[in-house]
Amino acid sequence: MSEENGLIYRISGPVVTAVGISPRMYEVVRVGDEGLMGEVIELHGDQSVIQVYEETSGVRPGEPVIRTGQTLSVKLGPGLLTQIYDGIQRPLADLEATMGVFITRGVDADGLDLSKKWEFNASVSVGDEVSGGSIIGIVQETETVEHRIMVPPGKSGKVANIQSGEFDVTTTVCTLEDGTEVTMMQEWPVRTPRPFIKKNAPDVPLITGQRILDFLFPLAKGGTAGIPGPFGAGKTVTQQQLARWSDAQIVVYIGCGERGNEMTEVLTEFPNLMDPNTGKPLMNRTTMIANTSNMPVAAREASVYTGITIAEYFRDMGYDVALMADSTSRWAEAMREISSRLEEMPGEEGYPAYLSSRLAEFYERAGRVQTLGGGDGSVSVIGAVSPPGGDISEPVSQGTLRIVKVFWGLDAGLARQRHFPAINWLSSYSLYPQALDQWYRDNIASDFPEVRTKISSLLQVEAELQEIVQLVGSDALPMDQQLTLEVARMIREYFLQQNAFHDVDTFSKLDLQYEMAKAILTFQEESEKAMAGGAGLEDVVNVPARTDLMRGRFEEGYAERIGDLLGEMSKQIAGTMGDN
Amino acid sequence: MSGKEYRTITDVKGPLVFLEKTEPVAYGEIVQLRLSDGSMKNGQVLDTSDDQVIVQVFEGTASVDRQTGVKFLGDVFKLPVSKGLIGRILDGAGKPRDGGPEIVAEEMADIIGAAINPYSRESPEQFIQTGISAIDACTSLVRGQKLPIFSASGLPHNDIALQIARQAKLVDSDDDFVVVFCAMGITAEEYNFFVHDLERTGALENAALFVNLADDPAVERLITPRLALTAAEYLAFEHDYHVLVIYTDMTNYCESLRQIGAAREEVPGRRGYPGYMYTDLAMLYERAGMVKGKKGSITQFPILTMPGDDITHPIPDLSGYITEGQIVISRELHQKGIYPPINVLPSLSRLMNAGIGEGKTREDHKSVSDQLYAAYAGGRELRGLVAIVGEDALNERDLQLLKFSDIFEDQFLRQSRDEDRSIIEGTLDLAWDLLTNIDTKYLVRLDQKWIDKYHPTESKS
Repeated sequence: MSEENGLIYRISGPVVTAVGISPRMYEVVRVGDEGLMGEVIELHGDQSVIQVYEETSGVRPGEPVIRTGQTLSVKLGPGLLTQIYDGIQRPLADLEATMGVFITRGVDADGLDLSKKWEFNASVSVGDEVSGGSIIGIVQETETVEHRIMVPPGKSGKVANIQSGEFDVTTTVCTLEDGTEVTMMQEWPVRTPRPFIKKNAPDVPLITGQRILDFLFPLAKGGTAGIPGPFGAGKTVTQQQLARWSDAQIVVYIGCGERGNEMTEVLTEFPNLMDPNTGKPLMNRTTMIANTSNMPVAAREASVYTGITIAEYFRDMGYDVALMADSTSRWAEAMREISSRLEEMPGEEGYPAYLSSRLAEFYERAGRVQTLGGGDGSVSVIGAVSPPGGDISEPVSQGTLRIVKVFWGLDAGLARQRHFPAINWLSSYSLYPQALDQWYRDNIASDFPEVRTKISSLLQVEAELQEIVQLVGSDALPMDQQLTLEVARMIREYFLQQNAFHDVDTFSKLDLQYEMAKAILTFQEESEKAMAGGAGLEDVVNVPARTDLMRGRFEEGYAERIGDLLGEMSKQIAGTMGDN
Repeated sequence: MSGKEYRTITDVKGPLVFLEKTEPVAYGEIVQLRLSDGSMKNGQVLDTSDDQVIVQVFEGTASVDRQTGVKFLGDVFKLPVSKGLIGRILDGAGKPRDGGPEIVAEEMADIIGAAINPYSRESPEQFIQTGISAIDACTSLVRGQKLPIFSASGLPHNDIALQIARQAKLVDSDDDFVVVFCAMGITAEEYNFFVHDLERTGALENAALFVNLADDPAVERLITPRLALTAAEYLAFEHDYHVLVIYTDMTNYCESLRQIGAAREEVPGRRGYPGYMYTDLAMLYERAGMVKGKKGSITQFPILTMPGDDITHPIPDLSGYITEGQIVISRELHQKGIYPPINVLPSLSRLMNAGIGEGKTREDHKSVSDQLYAAYAGGRELRGLVAIVGEDALNERDLQLLKFSDIFEDQFLRQSRDEDRSIIEGTLDLAWDLLTNIDTKYLVRLDQKWIDKYHPTESKS
């Protein structure tokens, strides 16, 4: 067909204009003699504007442009986990095998290994009624994750034929009565959300093992969170901690326009890290997308969609999925760069006017849903934001904050004092506690919400007292307020600070977090009593057992010992009354 | 391509030349311009279509007229690379500047460079000892890292860069670094300072210099670092060298980028810098690292001066988001007469944790470094308070921290320009000595086991 082939008219960086074809919007085309992959992003008279996912230098006007008829899609099926992809789902290991250590261009690679055989176990029988989203069989994809093979959305009928056995992902494993053939692989256009029946209210927390997050600013499974912060405040470390320790069953990690060495660190580390919930390597439940800052911007723009489509696919199987995008600012910048090449009228700070609607569409793909198959699955989205100069009044931060329900605000000042995670406890917030409180009462402790309120109000009071201290010094405060300062210091140094690089401290179970918070409140009560009985502030603060209690968190078995340590501390504090 | 010469220039705007009626010209293609007096200029295609071609001229467009002949060379910009680059001084466009012969190419390398597949990278984790305590203890550098120096006008960043270039070594290996030095828009005086120092220490024989000075064409600065990095990649990945790339001053590079953006009438981003500056800088900074199956490595030390000492200015800001940390030079410390005036608080090395600890530096390194930070940060904060309320209002802990912050600056940060401190005796042991000024009960960042083992007065050994 002649209309399938056109010619390049103009090249400006990643944006190529073609004439002589009339493709659909977002259709994938092959550009130039080398067949570079591109996507149609604008139709303008007889010109089609294409963003190209690979480097365009050396490409000339007059070279061919070929339609594919497909929109940008990902391949979904067994083999996604433990993979590391570029922004358009090309496995980086395959790229290395064909191009060597540097990424050149014009090379295609399938998102799934099409020849690998998987053991398929049918879970429905001939004659069963199935529809889109129904699970028809199981593949044990990794040691810890079973991959549930589903009927693609939009297909339904009675099973005419189904068989268990070893198949590759393109072989038909099930035929419906109307002749529909189902394989273990589905393809799905990345810019279209996958369907579900309805969204449910998120009322189960996503437990991350990070004390400040779980205890003060929790995220629900199916919720959305934004982490804005200047460079060096610990966005990436926080994201990686979440990828490591959160109790999601599947993790999708998108490194979007970030550092190459950092991705390598994740790649070398994850296979050696054990999942605290299963004791098996974390990599078994993880898919990674790495599009570093010097890889083509158009692929960076696509990487976020590739990631969330994979996340939705696992959600549809009934899994809780956590997706980390680091950093959404780089994604927004990719949009800005493409937009300016299109000579679109810019909105704020040169970003396209559709920035905030794109952000909203993306975060809206999160949620806890009733799946087409009738199960319960969720996608939680945690997006890092990198505001210029750390100033969150800029468009990407603001666009994000309008949508997300949890704000973990990173603070350069705290990072400078090596208070990590450098999440500011005064400016951060979570809108989920109310929805989650019942869960805490049922599963951790009946007074969990009250303990949390006490801890956060102590921090508030501290902030107010600090203002006075800045003016007059702490000695000018009455003793009870000086004690409050000490208690707040204990919250900060013992509870909020958490060392991501320490084998033990890097992860705290939720019940231990509760015990630690209670220990702080016990210290406060016992000290008040002792001071009322005549003990001095220095006496109660300096009891050796308190240091033991605090340092103990770095040692194995702390959860078992904390009760004893606390008892000893209370005894010693009570003993200080006798000194005076 | 044919060697056809066009005389179809329609517009000349700043460093850009616009042409019509050409045969298909490739994006990124190299262009030669022949002026009416016979002199030659070089350029590169920035935008190409059937109707119009836009060329960026590296040497500036002075004397270009509508009669100027324009020839498209049919290829993208390539640098002749060979081992012979070591010991040579080239100009900002890659031509010999030292009076020596042209470089005999072992290979022609595309200067844009391809991205390293993240899957093919090797995790950088070999500690580089710079002999400067502030860096070695608090912002440890590892091989394959990109760690910029954030400085400002009038500060001794050049001395620090040279001291690092001189002293940098691996603790347990004799491998030397080859230095690739890239100057962008620096003054002749600064350039002479670098060259004399490299000559004096004999390092020049082990260095390749790419030099674009302040009076050289501004547009040329956009290719100078790409030449330097192309040379570095060739030496590292084809000849197994460990390359230390020092480039100065990134701020001048970014100014040139802005100039081109303005000439093309692009929609500007923050403070007039182009919206793609992040990506553009990443294409330079990301050319650092180590890759699987190759012995060599590229470690980068970009130097940039923060306009108005402002770390939130787009140049340091975008750099900080790409590089693996930063070393921040402080005017306040400099004015106190402390060399090197490195403010460790905003400084950071992201790859530090991979390069320190047992078997690399010493097992207590991380704890010691955290404690130094916390104590120094606490002490510095108290200085403000003391200025208002006096020392009498401080409790014992605060007094100790306050005193520590002065000692830390005077004895730990301060060292001479040729003082090469070893990491164990020179830096970590010194840190422990200084920490004796604080009661151990206030040293909450230190694991008890390190106090038991290393504390000069409290240790149990």
